[in-house]
Parts: sequence; structure tokens; C-alpha cells
Amino acid sequence: MQLIDLHNICKTYQMGHVAVSVLKGISFEVGSGEFVALMGVSGSGKSTLMNILGCLDVPTSGEYRLQGLEISGLSADQRALLRNREFGFVFQNFNLLPRTSALDNVAMPLAYARDHLSDRDARRRAADMLHRVGLGDRLDHVPSQLSGGQQQRVAIARALINRPPVLFADEPTGNLDSRTSEEILKIFQHLNDEEGVTIIVVTHDANVAGHARRIIRIHDGLIQDGAALLRPVKPRQEHLVPETRSGEKP
Amino acid sequence: MKVFRTVRTAVNALRRNPMRAMLTTLGIVIGIAAVIAMVEIGAGSAEALKKTISTMGANVLLIHPGTAASGGVSFGAGSGVTLTPEDCEAIIRECPAVRTAAPIVRARTQVVYGNRNWVPTFIYGTTPEFLDVRDWTMLAEGDLFSQRDVLNANKVCLLGQTLVKELFEAQSPIGEEIRIKNVSFRVIGVLSRKGANMVGMDQDDIVIAPWTTIKYRVTGSSLGNVNQSSQAGSENQVNTLNNLYPGRQPSLYPQRSAAQEANNPMPVRFESVDQILAAAHSTEEIQAAIDQITEALRERHRIRPDESDDFHIRDMTEMANTISATTALMTKLLLLVAMISLVVGGVGIMNIMLVSVTERTREIGLRMAVGARGGDILRQFLVEAVVLCLAGGVLGILLGHGGSMLVRQLLQWPIETSPAAISAAVIVSATVGITFGFYPAWKASRLNPIEALRYE
Ligand SMILES: Nc1ncnc2c1ncn2[C@@H]1O[C@H](COP(=O)(O)OP(=O)(O)OP(=O)(O)O)[C@@H](O)[C@H]1O
Ligand SMILES: [Mg+2]
Repeated sequence: MQLIDLHNICKTYQMGHVAVSVLKGISFEVGSGEFVALMGVSGSGKSTLMNILGCLDVPTSGEYRLQGLEISGLSADQRALLRNREFGFVFQNFNLLPRTSALDNVAMPLAYARDHLSDRDARRRAADMLHRVGLGDRLDHVPSQLSGGQQQRVAIARALINRPPVLFADEPTGNLDSRTSEEILKIFQHLNDEEGVTIIVVTHDANVAGHARRIIRIHDGLIQDGAALLRPVKPRQEHLVPETRSGEKP
Repeated sequence: MKVFRTVRTAVNALRRNPMRAMLTTLGIVIGIAAVIAMVEIGAGSAEALKKTISTMGANVLLIHPGTAASGGVSFGAGSGVTLTPEDCEAIIRECPAVRTAAPIVRARTQVVYGNRNWVPTFIYGTTPEFLDVRDWTMLAEGDLFSQRDVLNANKVCLLGQTLVKELFEAQSPIGEEIRIKNVSFRVIGVLSRKGANMVGMDQDDIVIAPWTTIKYRVTGSSLGNVNQSSQAGSENQVNTLNNLYPGRQPSLYPQRSAAQEANNPMPVRFESVDQILAAAHSTEEIQAAIDQITEALRERHRIRPDESDDFHIRDMTEMANTISATTALMTKLLLLVAMISLVVGGVGIMNIMLVSVTERTREIGLRMAVGARGGDILRQFLVEAVVLCLAGGVLGILLGHGGSMLVRQLLQWPIETSPAAISAAVIVSATVGITFGFYPAWKASRLNPIEALRYE
């Protein structure tokens, strides 16, 4: 049983009378503790696939098992809980709340966590996360007072606040220069190496992909290359607890 | 804890755009302020009205004689001479619902003291019960005249505060002599202050004296003249005009012989009074009092069942009720207008919340991506609308209260702070927030996370 197990995933968008088939039968597995890069030309369906993996979207057909749990059977609220507990998201355009301090931005997902932390604990944990991404001295800065690289680091801290076992990043360095990109990648590398966080990154950048252990190439909605599983180095089983398994309401 | 955090999130979201939040809630502020000011001013004037009504005496009934007519020419209400002091006594005696009653003889003439003069609004000749009927037994100075003064037609009087001011320049008038139509009266008491009545007449502009004195010495009615001329030669005459302090009750009628009594069992002449003031025991007993007085007077006046009354009874409380009902209606209408403005304010809230949801589509998408459920988003926006409305409500309460305080300061209007209105305002503004915030919040909660994240 792998962490992520995709079988024949299809995604079709209905545009009026025309059905646009974006994913045409994707099957691959991702083991726990892997660092995978998703590559492909623009419009090939990487982001679409990423959204399905992150339970933001549901496939039109196919099976997606997360640690053996069939995702298609979950309600919207159960998927929300899954996103909160198991996944972290990093976006190309950072998506921070404007006019809100870095600390509050990072603490935001805690508000939707099931185990409620006290206010003090939440702030301490958020500050801790910001320290870890090297922003210990920028706690009260609002996004407009931070550089692009710093904003992305805040976003990473936010993605990690609930200590998710899986981190999704859709072109996390797309808006950053090469030096800043390198800093971000170092953080990813560290997370993967030291803490066993499974990381799946969508990128165009061969340099970014170079940090990954495996590269999955998508072309025109189909896997071109890289579906074969490598042996994971450091599997991590902290979350992915059977709480969200079928039958149980979050 | 969770609620507190949601509220704080809402406050933070609102603080990101304080100017807009202010303008959004302005409708609520104005609506609530109007309601509070309205209720406070309305309650104040109602309270003031109640006080004014109580100055006229509680549950007072006014009995007028019927209309006199001659050859088809009516002389107007109260022109008949059908009420007698004995009627008044009979009312006290025979009507259990009546607490007490007093006859009134009115005069309107000049009052002179030294080189000052004044024409009071009221010169009432009455009995000591009058002050009891009017709930006016507290005297500022001196004493009330007695039943004996009434029997003897003694020339004593009590003055209202206005007269003390006009004639005595607020000096103590006790023991002084004033002249009413050339009859000198000794002032034995000063009434306490009453203020204006419902229709704005100065109730302190009054002289009260024994009704016999006013009737026979001051108004100089034809009856009195008849009495005087008839008594002129009699042995036990009392010259009511010249004797300062007659020691005995004046004989008001010519002495009738036994034969006369036998031939005419009914009195041919009787003393009439202008009106009788009666007080019922309680508001509930007013109707019973009216019925009992009607019955007693009809019997005394020998009115046959098919004849109409030769008197009228007016319920003063009824008049007061009419006035307060009018005031209450006005307050209700103004409240309605204020409610409409609250609804308009609520629509404003809904409008801006919809704009806000659209503007913050990406934020909603992001929150959903990190695990917010539809219910969480719904709650967040709903709480935001409620916080906005409540803040507006609180501001409105302060503004409305301040406004009514200002009205009191500047216009001297009576104000009554109403805790009920304040709590109602809080509930109403929260309700407006929930009602008008629900649709935008529901819309936000139904967003698709991916589309929301992609939203430009
Ligand atoms: N909601 C949608 N409705 C219709 N078509 C869509 C929708 N979302 C995506 N598509 C189509 O799916 C295809 C793949 O989109 P996707 O965003 O996954 O590409 P991508 O591989 O991430 O490209 P890029 O590298 O430029 O980000 C595109 O052709 C796009 O037009
Ligand atoms: Mg993309």
C-alpha cells in the first residue's frame, strides 16, 4: 500500500457542448517520503492533476487512494479535513492574506484544525514555523512589507503549520529569481531529508526538478515518463491516521 | 473559545477596510439612533403627560349641569342650574365608587391687593374636599378653610402660587387681606405648586374660597339678591355683604311657614353650583362611579325614565387617555419609519457583504484549500455581518442617546432612558446582520475552492 495510488484518473471539463479531456488516464504511485517533480509543457494538465492529488478537485473517473483510503467516497467536508490535516499547499502566487501579519497568515490553518490549540500555543507554533523558514525577525510584517522570497517562505510556513505528511507545491519558484528559488528549494530539500515530508512539486524549471528524486513527465494528459516507483528513503507515518477513513465523519 | 476566535477573525477582516465598514454600517447606525432617540423622547413625553394628568387629580369626574334653553335658544353646555351642593353631598353619601366630591362655584373677576391687581384664571368657591379630589392636600403654607367656614360663608381664601407671585411678589400672604370684587378676604393658606395642566393652563393661577362666600358675596347672583332683600327686615338676618365674619350660617331662603311647606313640598328655589368634581376610588371604578352618580342624580332631580339627563359627566382620565393614545400612535409611526430605515441599512449590509465576498474570493479559496469547510466560511461571513451590525447598533445607541440628551439640554424636553429599547436595539441589529448577512455568507460557502483560488 503506497501513500498515493492513482489508477486511471481522467478529468474532463464540459465547455458547453464540447467536452475537453484534460487528464486521459493517469496512473502512478508515490511512496511516503518521496520528493517528486511533475513536469510537462504548459496546458498539459499538471495543475489539474495536482488539484486532484490535493483533494481540491475530484476526478471525473478513476481511483485515487490515499494510504489505502478511497478519496472519491469522501464528502466535501471530509476532504476539507483531509486537506487540513494531511496536506500543505504552496502556490506560485503565494496567496497570503493581504494586510495580515506573517504570524497571523501562518496561524490561519490552525483555525480549521480539529484539535484546537489555545491562542498562545497557536501563536507560538506559528512563530516557531516562521523561525524554521528563516523569518523569525519578520513576524509582524504584512505581505506588502516582504520580498517575494520571504512571502513564499511565509506560505511554506503556513503549509507546514499543521505538520502535514504531504506538501504540494505548484510552481513555487515561478515568481522568484534563481537565487531566491535556491533558498526555497533548500527548505524543501531539508523538509524531505530531515523530516520525511513527502513533497510533490509542479515545475517547468529543470533546476527545480533536479532537486527531486523522481520526475514524472506529463504530456497531453498522459504520463510520459517516471511512473515507476523508486524506493523511499525515509518513510514518515506521523499523520495519515485512520480518523478520516470511510464511514467516519470529520 | 471558537466563537471568540471567529469574532476576532471577523474584526480583523473588517479592520482591513475600516472606512468601508463604517459607511456600510451607517444605515444601521442611523436606524438604531433614530429608534433610541424616538423611544427615549416618546417615553419622556409620555411620562411627563402622566405627571401632568396626575396633577389634575387621579380618576376625576367632572359633573356639569345640563343645557338650559329658552324658546329654542340654547345657552350652551353648563348653562342650566340643576346641580346643588346637596347633590354633591348625596353623591358622597350614596355612591360607593366615589371617594369624595366637591361642588364648585366659579367667578372671574379682579383680585386686588394694595396697589396691585390680577385676574386669576380660576376663582373657585368650593368645600374643603376640593383639594382632596384634586390630590392637592399638601399646602405650601397656612391652613385649609373648614366646613364651618363654608357654612358661615366666611371670607377666607387660599391662593395659588401664581397669585402669590403676582400680588405679593412672593412674600408670605398669610393673614393679609385681598379684595375680590370689593369683598375683602383674609388669606389663610397658600397652595403648593401644580404647574400647567394638559392643555397648558396654569393651575396655580387660582383662588379658592368657601363656595358660599363666592356664591353669595362675590358673584352676587340674583338668588343672593333675593335672599338679601327678603332677609333685610328679618330678625335673625345676616348681612352677608357687610358682616366680616358672620357667626352663623346665613339663611339663604326666606323662612317658609308650615302651610307653605305643606303646600309646596319641593323647594321652589335652590342653591345651584356650577359644577361638581368627584373622584373615583380607582381607575377601574370610574365607570361604576359614573353609573352610580347618574342614578343618584336622576333620582334626586326626579327625572322620568324617558327623559334625558339634566347633567353631564365627563371623565377627565378619558381625556388624558386620548392624549396619551395620540402620543403613543405618533411614537409607533416614527418607530415604523425607523424600522424601515433599519431594513434599508440591512440591504446596504447585504450589498457590501456581497461585494466583499467577491473581492475576497481568493481568500475564501485559500481558506478552503487549507481545510476550511463550507460551514466555517459561512460562519465567518455571517459573524462578520453580525459584528458589523452590532458595532453599528452600539454606535447607534450611543448616538441616539446622545441625541436625546442634546434635545433635553437644548429644548428642555423630558427624556426617559429605556433599557428595553436598548436591548431591543441590540437584538434587532444582530437580527439584521444575520438576516441580511446570510445570503452573501451562504454564497461564499458554496464557492468551489479551485475556481476561487484562480479568481482574478
Ligand atoms: N475549469 C476549467 N474549465 C475548462 N478547462 C480547464 C479548466 N481548468 C483547466 N482547464 C484546461 O485544462 C488544461 C490544463 O490546465 P492546467 O492548468 O492543468 O495546465 P498546466 O499543465 O498547469 O499548465 P501551466 O504549466 O501553464 O500551469 C488547459 O488546457 C486548460 O484550458
Ligand atoms: Mg499550472
